[in-house]
Amino acid sequence: MDFSTKKEQFILSVLVANHFGVLTRISGLFSRRGYNIDSLNVGETENPETSRMTIIVTGDEYIKSQIVKQLGKLQEVMKVEMLPKEETVLREHLLIKINVSRETRSEITEAVNVFRGKIVDFNSDSVTVEINGEPSKLNAFIEFTKSYGIIEMCRSGALAMKRGANSL
Amino acid sequence: MKLTGARIIIETLIEQDCETVFGYPGGFVINIYDELYKASDRIHHVISAHEQGAAHAADGYARASGKVGVVIATSGPGATNLVTGIANAFLDSVPLVAITGNVPLALLGRDSFQEVDIMGITMPITKHNYIVKDVNELASILRDAFRIAKSGRPGPVLVDIPKDIQLATCEYKPGKPVEKTLDVLTEQINIDKIVELIEASNKPYIYSGGGVVISNAGDELKQFAERIDAPVGFSMMGLSAMDGSLPNNLGLTGMHGRYASIKANSETDLLIAIGVRFSDRATGNKLKYSPNAKIIHIDIDPAEIDKNINTYFGVIGDVKYILNKLLEKVKPKKHPEWKEEINRYIADEQANYPQNYGMHPKNIIERVNNLIDDKTVIATDVGQHQMWVAQYFKLKGRRTFLTSGGLGTMGYGMGAAIGGCFGSGNQRTVLFTGDGSFGMNLAELATAVSNNLPLVIIIMNNGVLGMVRQWQTIFFDERYSSTTLDRKTDFVLLAKAFGANGMRVVGEGELSLALETAFSIKTPFVIDCVIDCDERVLPMIPPGGSVENIIIN
Repeated sequence: MDFSTKKEQFILSVLVANHFGVLTRISGLFSRRGYNIDSLNVGETENPETSRMTIIVTGDEYIKSQIVKQLGKLQEVMKVEMLPKEETVLREHLLIKINVSRETRSEITEAVNVFRGKIVDFNSDSVTVEINGEPSKLNAFIEFTKSYGIIEMCRSGALAMKRGANSL
Repeated sequence: MKLTGARIIIETLIEQDCETVFGYPGGFVINIYDELYKASDRIHHVISAHEQGAAHAADGYARASGKVGVVIATSGPGATNLVTGIANAFLDSVPLVAITGNVPLALLGRDSFQEVDIMGITMPITKHNYIVKDVNELASILRDAFRIAKSGRPGPVLVDIPKDIQLATCEYKPGKPVEKTLDVLTEQINIDKIVELIEASNKPYIYSGGGVVISNAGDELKQFAERIDAPVGFSMMGLSAMDGSLPNNLGLTGMHGRYASIKANSETDLLIAIGVRFSDRATGNKLKYSPNAKIIHIDIDPAEIDKNINTYFGVIGDVKYILNKLLEKVKPKKHPEWKEEINRYIADEQANYPQNYGMHPKNIIERVNNLIDDKTVIATDVGQHQMWVAQYFKLKGRRTFLTSGGLGTMGYGMGAAIGGCFGSGNQRTVLFTGDGSFGMNLAELATAVSNNLPLVIIIMNNGVLGMVRQWQTIFFDERYSSTTLDRKTDFVLLAKAFGANGMRVVGEGELSLALETAFSIKTPFVIDCVIDCDERVLPMIPPGGSVENIIIN
């Protein structure tokens, strides 16, 4: 099979056994084989014995096919699926602390409203905002706040689920 | 019945059909060794000189017997000394269960005496690994370890067992040996598609690897090759799958492959790759690899398909199963022109053979070849001698070739040969080694002597690290940086010091006498063969090169 060498971002959903060391195993596999993780999120599912990971990776078709196969070989990986972008609900959470002054406060508040975010902490020098949405939306908000000065920020990494009634 | 963890380990090993284990005692496995002592009539423990030797021995045992090899080591340095052996087994897909002791649970993570995180260390070189934190899970984890080690594409599994788990007690119910699970075929095997391609091909070539040895598919391979009238070339790992003297066996292909095998590999129009992984040492420049061929890849590991070489299509599953399916459908073919072409390559190959006399490695190898039967186990270390054996030795039996293919571990040979003796039911075993490789783990001579093993050790002694020297000759203008050993070690005296025997050989007459002596006794015998330090392994395709760059003489 010939692979296209065009790089693209893809979304992996991985069901794993909820054991200690699983995260190390998976991140170790990625670093060992030279796959770049853009974001990784892991949490328990409705079944306490399994966790679900959402991993966003950039790579070409070769890497895409290898990642799925190599993940599939790990004993604690129960299921690996590549989620098609068009049929996937993708959400990320952002917490960001921004410099404010009397002059900039209203501009920022306005922007938070436009982005459908929420101000969760507030004082005379800073404001902390939370925003949900597609990673691209968070990027846009971060870009906007740069001119005010970002004090600190953290992103949850994307969560993804396929649309429709089926499960992974 | 309620048993201690240590006892459960031994009972589970016995239950899993494990007759021989290799290892080395220490503070955090002392309870396991106590149980081994009590169970010595049911399970045999072989103590090595160094844990690395024990790991290689378990590996050699597994390769020779087809069973799971087991090695036990203590925590800390005992565990880290296994690492090379585990990595070696991982790269060559050898089923191995490594059991290590560790400090008690409460001391974990406190940098306690002889504590290392061996689970973390071995994560990238095991199929899976465990640290047991509850004695109630111990037996089932060990059974899982055996199942994982031998299922699908085999490999090593490590189980780390803290000391207090060994002391704790719980209910133990004896189990049965776990079955190896064949991975479910993920795609419909398109046998007809392969049959069609074979039908259309004029120059088929079979490239066979370790997967054929592992699934015991040597007979099927032979039948298949005869049926479609195709020559068979081998990766290092596949060499013992088919009798070396068969006319359609072209032998090793790749960097130091035999000329006819390399040429056929390059000229074929249909490459049927079976149980191989297209290592860079086998393919060279991937863009120029078998340029005219459609490549079909049969392997049990789906991740190998299209990993190193883009295939026409891949078929995932057990090699023996797929070959049998193919044999049901494929019709006999004849390729007289292809055969003629190959015969020309063979003639070219033979015209370039070195003269067959004196202390030339080819002569030494062929002299030994004449003395063996189809049960004799052949082990090698790593370097020039390994390549010469791979090129010239005509292996006779299945699972009779123990060599470090993927990791290229100098020092593998002594341990592997010891494991080979035990794994083959104490068959005559011959280790080909070099003075460099032998120097790495020669203390295992003590193990061979203690166990009265029928082991002939042939040291191809050129006083240099020959393979690196060869590269320095060709690519580094003969700057022999640190490869001229010039050691004063007397290997015959050394053998005697260990309680073995030996002879130094500088000429053909002595070689005859030494071989005669070595093969007439059933205890370790070292033959120190002095060979020329400028003898090269040829042909050679430089790394990243193709058949166009082949160096013949």
